[in-house]
Amino acid sequence: MAIYLRPTVLKEALAALAADTANPPVDAMDRLTVLAGATDFYPAATTRQAWFQPTPDRILDISAVEGLRGISETADGFRIGALTTWTDLINAPLPPAFDGLKQASRQVGGMQIQNRGTIAGNLCNASPAADGVPPLLALDAEVEVASSNATRRLPLSQLILGNRKTALLPGELLAAIHVPRPIDGEQSVFLKLGARAYLVISIASAAVNIAVDAQGHIASSRIAIGSCSAVPLRLSALEARLQGVSPVQASRTVDASLFASLSPIDDVRASASYRREAALTLVRRALEELAAPREQAA
Amino acid sequence: MTLHHKPSTIAVALTVNAVQHRLNIAPSTRLSDILRNHLGLTGTKIGCDAGDCGACTISIDGQQACACLVPAAQADGCVITTVEGLSGTQFGQRLQASFARHGAAQCGICTPGMLMAAMDLLADEANPSRQQVMDALGGVLCRCTGYEKIVDAVMDAGVLPHPLASRGHLLPKENGSIGQRIPKLDGSSRIDGSALYGADATPAGALWLRAIRSPHPRARFTLGDLESWAKTKPGITRVFTARDVPGHNSFGVYPDLKDQPVLADGHVRYRGEAILAIVGERDAVEAITTDDLPVTWHPETAAIGIAAGLRADPPLHAFKPDNVLTRGLVERGDPDVACAAAPHTAEGRYETGFVEHAYIEPEAGYAIRRGDRMEVFACTQAPFMDRDEVARVLGLPVNDVVILASACGGGFGGKLDVSVQPLIAVAAWHLPGIPIRCVYSRIESMASSTKRHPAEVFAKASCDARGRLVSFEMDADFNTGAYASWGPTVANRVPVHATGPYKVAHVRTRTRAIYTNETPAGAFRGFGIPQAAIAQESLYDTLAEKAGIDRLEFRLINAIRVGDSTPSGQVLQASAGLAECLEKLRPSWQALLADAEAFNKRGMRQRRGVGIACMWYGIGNTSMSNPSTMRLTLDATGLITFWNGAIDIGQGSTTVLGQIVADALGCPVDLLHSVIGDTDKTFDAGKTSASRQTFVSGKAAELAGKALREEILRLTNAGTDALIRFGDAVLRVEDNGREVMLNLANLPSQADGQVLEGIGTFDPPTTPLDAKGQGVPYATYGFAAQVASLDVDIDLGTVKVNRIIAAHDVGRSINPMLVEGQIHGGIAQGLGLALMEEFIPGRTENLHDYLIPTFGDMPEIEIILVEAHEPLGPSGAKGIGEPALIPTAPAIFSAVRHAVGVIPRKAPLLPHRLWELMREKSQ
Repeated sequence: MAIYLRPTVLKEALAALAADTANPPVDAMDRLTVLAGATDFYPAATTRQAWFQPTPDRILDISAVEGLRGISETADGFRIGALTTWTDLINAPLPPAFDGLKQASRQVGGMQIQNRGTIAGNLCNASPAADGVPPLLALDAEVEVASSNATRRLPLSQLILGNRKTALLPGELLAAIHVPRPIDGEQSVFLKLGARAYLVISIASAAVNIAVDAQGHIASSRIAIGSCSAVPLRLSALEARLQGVSPVQASRTVDASLFASLSPIDDVRASASYRREAALTLVRRALEELAAPREQAA
Repeated sequence: MTLHHKPSTIAVALTVNAVQHRLNIAPSTRLSDILRNHLGLTGTKIGCDAGDCGACTISIDGQQACACLVPAAQADGCVITTVEGLSGTQFGQRLQASFARHGAAQCGICTPGMLMAAMDLLADEANPSRQQVMDALGGVLCRCTGYEKIVDAVMDAGVLPHPLASRGHLLPKENGSIGQRIPKLDGSSRIDGSALYGADATPAGALWLRAIRSPHPRARFTLGDLESWAKTKPGITRVFTARDVPGHNSFGVYPDLKDQPVLADGHVRYRGEAILAIVGERDAVEAITTDDLPVTWHPETAAIGIAAGLRADPPLHAFKPDNVLTRGLVERGDPDVACAAAPHTAEGRYETGFVEHAYIEPEAGYAIRRGDRMEVFACTQAPFMDRDEVARVLGLPVNDVVILASACGGGFGGKLDVSVQPLIAVAAWHLPGIPIRCVYSRIESMASSTKRHPAEVFAKASCDARGRLVSFEMDADFNTGAYASWGPTVANRVPVHATGPYKVAHVRTRTRAIYTNETPAGAFRGFGIPQAAIAQESLYDTLAEKAGIDRLEFRLINAIRVGDSTPSGQVLQASAGLAECLEKLRPSWQALLADAEAFNKRGMRQRRGVGIACMWYGIGNTSMSNPSTMRLTLDATGLITFWNGAIDIGQGSTTVLGQIVADALGCPVDLLHSVIGDTDKTFDAGKTSASRQTFVSGKAAELAGKALREEILRLTNAGTDALIRFGDAVLRVEDNGREVMLNLANLPSQADGQVLEGIGTFDPPTTPLDAKGQGVPYATYGFAAQVASLDVDIDLGTVKVNRIIAAHDVGRSINPMLVEGQIHGGIAQGLGLALMEEFIPGRTENLHDYLIPTFGDMPEIEIILVEAHEPLGPSGAKGIGEPALIPTAPAIFSAVRHAVGVIPRKAPLLPHRLWELMREKSQ
């Protein structure tokens, strides 16, 4: 039986999800599908319908839920509501540490998608090529997951488990993203590689956040790569290598061995070996960009 | 709404173009569906239903959005503007006028989306930069224009309309309209949303048809009890199978090659082949799933790729036991001896993939049986061929079928074959009086429609010490997919053109079109020549290098000229402007080479390269009659009607032929009333393909215009230079200071109310090719050379094309704005072929996995028009549609090679492929 719920209060949305959980469905299609900006929902439905497969018809539309949209400062950082759109992110006054996230936001689909697609939807869709994931990993983001009886927080890296697979339990909804307050002077870059200029799914992407100490050495670095493994990944070996390195030396410090944790695949967009090399190149370039902020500004 | 109440529909209130609407509707209904099917606002187009193409871009609460991605529930309470609302605002009018003035709309299917995205930008930024325009409109795809004129139009939107945009002058310009940058005669309907494309006509009481298609590339299937199945499905009227086809269950563009079934009979040969046609209410047919459909599949080993096609046993079709559909050959002289004696020889293997037309309008239309006649309204490039196919499938005489061509949202060869037409006609035949509609989804369109042939080409060429070509050989295999379509045309065209536009005495070029279990390959802008040109031009770069001659000069040395013989033994009589194209390119070529050298000295991670390629292209069918007939009439009120059977697929034939016929008659072009593409009312103009409409139908139009003019002059006893004033029931003919009146109301009228007519027919003179491909395959050829300058990222293998300079010999540019539009669009498609486009059945069946160029991929384009007069053509004109595309990919590959020293051998040159070539070279 088709249903379409559009609550305005979070509690009601969670209650609907809880009720959905109470009666375990026979088929995944019988579960409530959470819909926000709908920019992933309809394309997926289009593909299923074209090949005569059923499309989800039990929908929980959370777009009208109050309090889920927008960015606010909290005691320990920033809270990005689940319904915050790419355009909201682009227009928000945020510290330079968020520049990578903004660059990613500008490269999600066209402006039509940016105006309606939401950041939480991008995370929950759990595509290996999700543009929002690498920059949020590089911001060390956590997600706030709500259900009718509890709220829990977990690192973003623990939310996305695989291609189209998340750690959300039945009855849970991604309510917000929390970004710890960036270190003073933390900078960020996101680079996306695709075979055309606009409207492109990335072949590889890289998000790099670094902060430099008083001596001019890298005190903190967080680097994440998209489209080169089932889930966008932080590269901890690479981050460790950069510790204490001068930013101008950073790109030369990076070598292929530090990307061993990636597991890229061959597909219609590129070969695995190319992706591995491209990830290295993107990171080097991102580090070079961050080393020359004044040149960039000029 | 409350949580516990779960109605199947909700009340939605929305304001569209300042009008308030309330409707009860399923909450997940897409806004695009509401606009088009519930509010009748069909100006908003559906290109993909997935947010990939942007054709459905509208404004919702002041922001651009894809209407296909907005649920009704979220549109509730919103203020929406669509293309239909633009003319109500001054800004909207100016933007639309600017689109018309710049020729920014070709087929017009993306135009509403472009306009709405532009309005979103202009609301915040009245004088945007090019980059701002590209960023704001970057979410909308266009397949026709190459985007350049759209950017120009948006940037120029603040300006008051140019006088040219407002027509209405009653006297012909001093020198007529030919050569003028006249806005498209059918332009306004393409920019205000009023043109009716295949999916836009909404006949009352229609039922919808949906084809069930094979998910397997090769399989047998058995059908169960479909009647019982249908009875369990509310809203399903009937299921049609192969047994329901009243005439022949087969079609195909060649009279002797009707090898494709309308509905497969127990056996499918490609993924996407139709097996059933289900008719019913729209919601019911859209909800069909195959879960419980009584079809049992028995998949078989499929022949995928040319090698597998050559081995496939049993063969795909019993009448071709070796799976070779056609062989082509051109042979002249003795290339083996000539090659052996030549100091320089180059050879190589090249490969290209399937390329999708990606017109933004998926195939659509409706059919209705009226008595024993069938009426089909659909998008097409070839209404008379559609008529004949539908008649054959129904078992009717051709005159009992009428094809009404809808506005065509892009074709590029893909709408030369029938698509929805036989399906809806078969269903409509069994359901008299009920219109049967069918609209392909993007995925259905991509999975089922024809493609550019993948090619595997081996070529070898030799030159003497001074760089003069002496021999050329090519063996090219083309993957024609599961059905013949235009495979024979490709196999026959390529040998004739394979050397490129050069003098070569010793030639042997052989082709095969091979059946495989893949998507049928058919006609696509260039009929195989773009694939062959990649090989041929690459060899010439090698030979130039070996002979130590500049690449442009090498081509100039060898350029075919008037008086030279082609490999088919045809002596060119006139209009061979390649040498002039090359000479005009030379200064830019040299400057760009110097620029690249200076750039590369800086040792950046980009390497700059400059490339060049040439092409020739025979206009019209190969050694086959392809006449066009045009009719121009006057009725008793003085209305001038141009009965024009040539389909304008966006390229502008309505305007170009209008200019030609108006000038021939001596009337202002804006006095023409056109009837286009109605097989009952117009003569057969032939198909819109082979770059033939300007040349062939243009000549017919010129003759029709002249015939009507002569008739008027005869009736008024006036001389040939007389000035005729039209626009009224009384014609005033001024001749040597004498004025004679001709009262049309006093003349006897024909059955259709016309009192005077002129009819013109032209069939370009050709001769058949003999067994060795010798003869006169074409009456004339277009020529071109393009230069590309680009940067290769040596770490990532990405290519950014910075500039293309395109020199084209078009004979005569009837409308330079439209000629430029063709060249821009051809370059965009050539760039896509070179760098990103690769259709893989089952893998890239949508517009986010199959990539076509966007706003940001286009180079700066400079156009040089060369006019080597063609005596047979109207005012000397030839054609431009296909020539525009052919040199682009080889020029880009030539530039890549110049930049980084590797030879691209496989298209598309995706970043990883170029990266691998560079890596191999460095190891």
